[in-house]
Amino acid sequence: MSPISQTLISTRDLQVGFPIRKGPFQKDILKAVDGISIDIPRGAFFGVVGESGSGKTTLGRALLQAVPVTGGSATYDDGAQRFDLGTLSGAALKDYRRRAQLIFQDPYAALSPRMTVRDIIAEPLEVMGLTKTREETDARVREVAATCRLNLEHLRRFPHAFSGGQRQRISIARALVCGPRFVVADEAVAALDVSIQADILNLLKSLQRELGITFLFISHDLSVVAHTCDHVAVMYLGRIVESAPTRALFHAPRHPYTQALFSAIPSLDPDDRGRAQVLKGEIPSPTNQPSGCTFHPRCAFASDLCKRAAPEAEKDASGHMVSCHHWQDLMRTPAEASTAAPAQ
Amino acid sequence: MSLLSVENLTLQFNTDEGLITAVDDVSFTLERGEVMGLVGESGSGKSVTAKALMMLNASNAVYGGDSRITLHLDDGDVDVLALRRARDMRVVRGGAVSMIFQEPMASFAPALTIGSQMVEQLQVHTDLSKAQARELSVEMLNRVGISDASTRFNQYAFELSGGMRQRAMIAMALSTKPRLLIADEPTTALDVTIQAQVIQLMQELVKDFGMGIIFITHDLGVVAQTADKVSVMYLGRMVETGPVREVLRNPAHPYTQGLLDALPKLDDLDAPLKPVPGDIPSPLERPSGCVFHTRCDRALFDICTATVPDWSRAGRAHRVACHLNTGDYCA
Repeated sequence: MSPISQTLISTRDLQVGFPIRKGPFQKDILKAVDGISIDIPRGAFFGVVGESGSGKTTLGRALLQAVPVTGGSATYDDGAQRFDLGTLSGAALKDYRRRAQLIFQDPYAALSPRMTVRDIIAEPLEVMGLTKTREETDARVREVAATCRLNLEHLRRFPHAFSGGQRQRISIARALVCGPRFVVADEAVAALDVSIQADILNLLKSLQRELGITFLFISHDLSVVAHTCDHVAVMYLGRIVESAPTRALFHAPRHPYTQALFSAIPSLDPDDRGRAQVLKGEIPSPTNQPSGCTFHPRCAFASDLCKRAAPEAEKDASGHMVSCHHWQDLMRTPAEASTAAPAQ
Repeated sequence: MSLLSVENLTLQFNTDEGLITAVDDVSFTLERGEVMGLVGESGSGKSVTAKALMMLNASNAVYGGDSRITLHLDDGDVDVLALRRARDMRVVRGGAVSMIFQEPMASFAPALTIGSQMVEQLQVHTDLSKAQARELSVEMLNRVGISDASTRFNQYAFELSGGMRQRAMIAMALSTKPRLLIADEPTTALDVTIQAQVIQLMQELVKDFGMGIIFITHDLGVVAQTADKVSVMYLGRMVETGPVREVLRNPAHPYTQGLLDALPKLDDLDAPLKPVPGDIPSPLERPSGCVFHTRCDRALFDICTATVPDWSRAGRAHRVACHLNTGDYCA
C-alpha cells in the first residue's frame, strides 16, 4: 500500500479567506486559513491545537465544506469514494455530507429543546433519506444510541433532562447515525467538567478503534490532545507552525510557540510556580498580519531574519514538520530555550 | 483575626419544582492575604456560595436559619446576611468585597466606555473627585499591564481583546482597594497563554495589595498555581479542605482523587483517563447520606447511603468529610 492511498484527507496550500470592508471603497481579504498542507491518514485521531483566532475551527469547517475554500486543494478519499472538496456540489456534496460529520462544542446549544432525543438522532437519517420506514429508522437510532452508551429509555425524553456529558453523547450519536467515515470534533469536550471529559474522550477513542472513524480533533487544551491524538498540528494565525506524531511533539517541541504553549499549562505541583515562560502580548488580528514569520512579535528568539522572511516548512523522515528559522539553534540548548526569560 | 468567616451556610432556591438545595451546611474562614481555591464541577454550588458573600443571589434564595457570614473589617464586623437595604449592601458589593466574573465581555456595559464605568464605581464607593477617580483608574489600568492606558480608558469593551478585558476587569475590581476579592473562574474563558499572564498578574497583586482572595475554578492546575488552601465542593457540600500541597498530593476524599485521576497528565501519555463514574445527580434528587455515594466506587452500602459523614482529620489543617477516613472504617 502506498501512503497516498491510505490518506483520507489531503490538503495542499489550502486557503480560506473572508472578504471584509476596510473603508468605503477599500476591500480586503481576511485570511483565516493561509496555506495549509496536511495529510490525515485513514483511521487517525488527528489533533489541531492553537489559541482562539488561530483558524483551527475554520480549517475544520473548510474540510466539511461548511465554508468555501478560496485557494489550494483538498481531497477526500475513503477508498470507496473520492471527492475534490473545492468543487463539490449537488449530489456529490450530499454524498459527502453523509461521509463527513461535525460534533459541536456546546452540547447545551447544539440540541433543539423541542425535539425528543430519538427525533434529534433520527433527523439526519430523515433529511438524507437514508431509511425507508420508521421501523428501519428506529432500529438504526437504537443501534447508534447503544454505541454511544445511551439508555433506550432516554430516547423518549427531551434534552433538558440530561447533564452535559449525556448531551454530548447525544450529539455524538447524531453525528454517527448516518455512518460517517470522517468526523470533525470541534472543542467537543471544552464545555464539560473534567470528571465527564475523560468519559467522552474514552468514547471517541473507542469509536475510532471499533468503527475505524477518522477524527479531526480541534482543541485548545494540550493535555487533552496529548492523551487522545496520534498526530498533532499546532496552528498560529492560519498557518501550521509545527506538526508531528504526538509523542515526538510532546517530548521535544521544536517551535518556540509550541514550547510556550506547553509551559503555559498550569502545573499541578504547587511548588512548581512561576516556571511558565509567559508569552508576551496576544495573537494579532488576521487582518493585520506581521511581516516575515507571523509569530516574531511574540517570540523571545526572533532575529532580523524572522522579521524579513517567512520560514519554510522543514519536514524530517519521522513526519515532524516545523516552520521556524532557528529551531535547530533552539534545540541545541533545550535547557536555555525552555528557561530563558522572554526578551524585552 | 480572620477576614471572613462563613458558618453553616445553607442556601435553597424556591422554584416551581420545589425547594432546591444549592449549598448545604458550608463553613470556612479566610485570613487576610490568604488565597483560597474553591473547586468543584458545575452544579456544585461554588458560584452560589461566592454570590452569597455579596448578597447577589436571586430573590428566590432562602438562607438557612443558622447560616452566618461575617466580614471582619477594621472598622467593625459586618453581618452580611442581615443586610437588607441596597444602600447597606454597598460595603459587600464593591466596597470591601469585589468580584471578577468569568465572562469579561458580559461584565462590562457595552454602551459605556471602560473608563466611565471605572470612575462611576469609584464615585459610589470612595470620596474621590471625578478627576482623582480618573487618575486612579488610568493608574490601575497601567498597573495590570494594559499598554496605552489613557487611550484604553476611553474605549468600549468590544474594542478590547479577551485578555485585556479581563485585565481591565481586575483593575476595576481592585481600584476600590477591597479587603476581599472573589474571582469566579477568571481564566476559564481565556487561552492558556493569556491565562498564564493573568495568573502571574494575580500572584503579583496578592503580594502588593495583601487582600484575601476566593478563587473559584474547576481547574486543579490553576488552583495549584495560585492558592494557599483549597476547598472541594460537591453538590452543595464541602467534602475536603486543607493546604493546597496536602490536598493535591494526598487527596483524602474519593471525589478529589477522582478529579485528579480524570485529568490528562502530560508526564505520562499512556496513563488511561479515568472518568468519575456516572453523572452529577439532578438537584431535585439529592442522594441521601453522603451526597457522593452514587458515584463513589468505594461507597459502603449501609453507612454511606444513610449517614451524612462528619469532618475528620486527614493531616495538619487537612480535613475531609468521608466515612472511609474515620477510625472505624479506616483502610
